[in-house]
Amino acid sequence: MAETSHGTGGLTFDKSKRAWPNELNIFIALILIICIFEALGQLLPYMNGQSLLFDTKGRFDSIFNEARIKIIILQVSIIGIIALGVTQVIIAGGIDLSSGSIVGASAMIAMSFAQTELVNGNPNPKAIFGPWAMDLPAIIPVIVGLLCGMLAGIINGVLIAYTRIPPFIATLGMMVSARGVAKWWSRGNPISFPTEDYAWIGSGMMPVIWFVLLAVLFHIILRYTVYGKHTYAIGSNEDAARMSGIKVARHKVLVYTIAGMLASFAAIILSAKNLTAQSGMGLVYELDAIAMAVIGGVSLAGGRGSIIGTCLGMLIFGVIISGFTYLKLDAFYQEMVKGFIIVAAVVLDQWRQKKAAAKT
Amino acid sequence: MQDDIVLKTEDLTKHYGGVHALDGANFELKKGEHVAIMGDNGAGKSTFVRQITGVEQRTRGKIWLYGKEVNFTGPIDAREAGIETVFQTLALADDLDVPDNLFLGRELTFWNWLGPFRFLDYKAMRQATIAGLEKTAVKIPNIKNTIRNMSGGQRQCVAIARTATFHSRLTIMDEPTAALGVQETEQVENIIRQLKSVGEPLILISHNMRQVMDLVDRIIVFRRGRIVANLKRDETDGQDVVAYITGAKGDDVADVA
Repeated sequence: MAETSHGTGGLTFDKSKRAWPNELNIFIALILIICIFEALGQLLPYMNGQSLLFDTKGRFDSIFNEARIKIIILQVSIIGIIALGVTQVIIAGGIDLSSGSIVGASAMIAMSFAQTELVNGNPNPKAIFGPWAMDLPAIIPVIVGLLCGMLAGIINGVLIAYTRIPPFIATLGMMVSARGVAKWWSRGNPISFPTEDYAWIGSGMMPVIWFVLLAVLFHIILRYTVYGKHTYAIGSNEDAARMSGIKVARHKVLVYTIAGMLASFAAIILSAKNLTAQSGMGLVYELDAIAMAVIGGVSLAGGRGSIIGTCLGMLIFGVIISGFTYLKLDAFYQEMVKGFIIVAAVVLDQWRQKKAAAKT
Repeated sequence: MQDDIVLKTEDLTKHYGGVHALDGANFELKKGEHVAIMGDNGAGKSTFVRQITGVEQRTRGKIWLYGKEVNFTGPIDAREAGIETVFQTLALADDLDVPDNLFLGRELTFWNWLGPFRFLDYKAMRQATIAGLEKTAVKIPNIKNTIRNMSGGQRQCVAIARTATFHSRLTIMDEPTAALGVQETEQVENIIRQLKSVGEPLILISHNMRQVMDLVDRIIVFRRGRIVANLKRDETDGQDVVAYITGAKGDDVADVA
């Protein structure tokens, strides 16, 4: 140790002595959960020795069941994009309950600018606007959609930062209002038949590609930029952040605005994938996104968590949902267990906090 | 104005409504000098510091820093002018490590055209942190540890190390050892001695008579918002200071402290 010590006090910077990263625990949890499902596949008599992730058809080219792995990742990647935004909101000491409703509103509004004029030679039966809004370049509905999310996020952020109402209340209000906007926009009717260019955004594995790109981007932002450092600082000790000269209110507005824009981008991908937008889209997505973050080790007390953790939380979430289908259990069991997992993750986080406090 | 005066206040006054928390304080601090401020709770010590550091706006009076009259609109202003304060409530973010806390709000960055998304220069901040800690002889086992995992003494040391890292021109400590154990107090006192030996001026607010007698050159006593005594350490003793603190001595106000 002597060679890494500085000054009279024996100050050290020792990379090997860094604390055990929490992400590693979550990764182990993921592996354990997969093992449990694999074991159940082997042990339960009605499963006939099926496997969740591995190939059981005796193919030569792969040991994995790629089809199911693709489905697992695809079904969580859109909510995963929302979870990226929610992660930074929770790290900053807040919460965002409005993201599911922002998905609904943004999907409706974006889709109404993404429609194609002729469907199989007939006029679009779901047309919202006149011919002027038909067959626009895909960039227009994308921008319109992102602006919706941005506006909702700014309203959230300004309410929380300047009127000092709790984030829970402010975003709850937005959750109800944005859902209202989604229903009002087309008087409850679905909006369908987008242009080919728009549909491409959500086609095939595109949602996964978008997710990976955004996850990498936000990992870099949270870990290596001033924005990220200030987000952690505010969630960790808001008064200290303020005394250090961080413009806390302005930063919070930015955090919620980015969260809103990520939710609206998820809406664009979802509506493009489904080739339609409905006012009920994104229902309870906010809770799934929060669950992914919390399972991934993002502390609801603020200040702790990471994008890597959220990605792992997202995979755990996806494996459990797929695992239940694979075990042929009904959907309502999934929801019961989902609730249990969220509560368990929060209990675990508080237990970790107590342990950390007891150590000092 | 003399060249060797670090800080000078004239008729510094603060009223909270009808309460005269601070009343006409005249104060001078010379280069390299360590001064203690003592007094009962509510005597005006913290109010005095809050006016100097810009945390509050004074009712009346003038402040000079290194011969230049200053009007701080907030603590950030004061910090930029070179006044580093270790507050009673530590302004540290628990989940960040030592360099992060030292540079909070004034990070070293590159690619600044990215605005709020400009990149942190971790390496430079780490090196500056190590240099600052060496200067103060602060003992911290591993600077990559988060503040959450540190003892009270280590936290206090981190807060103090901030002052050394940024080449402050005046350090103010508000009861830095109030919440610490014996060993940790000793550690902080050693840092204060270290600051003295490198000639950094310091204002120390403390209730600990032994500590004050050990560390400083001069003692200022506040009572009921007024400076009632200005005593050289070598010409006084604990009993004398206590007499001023309790009001047994010195009802007339000292002219220039």
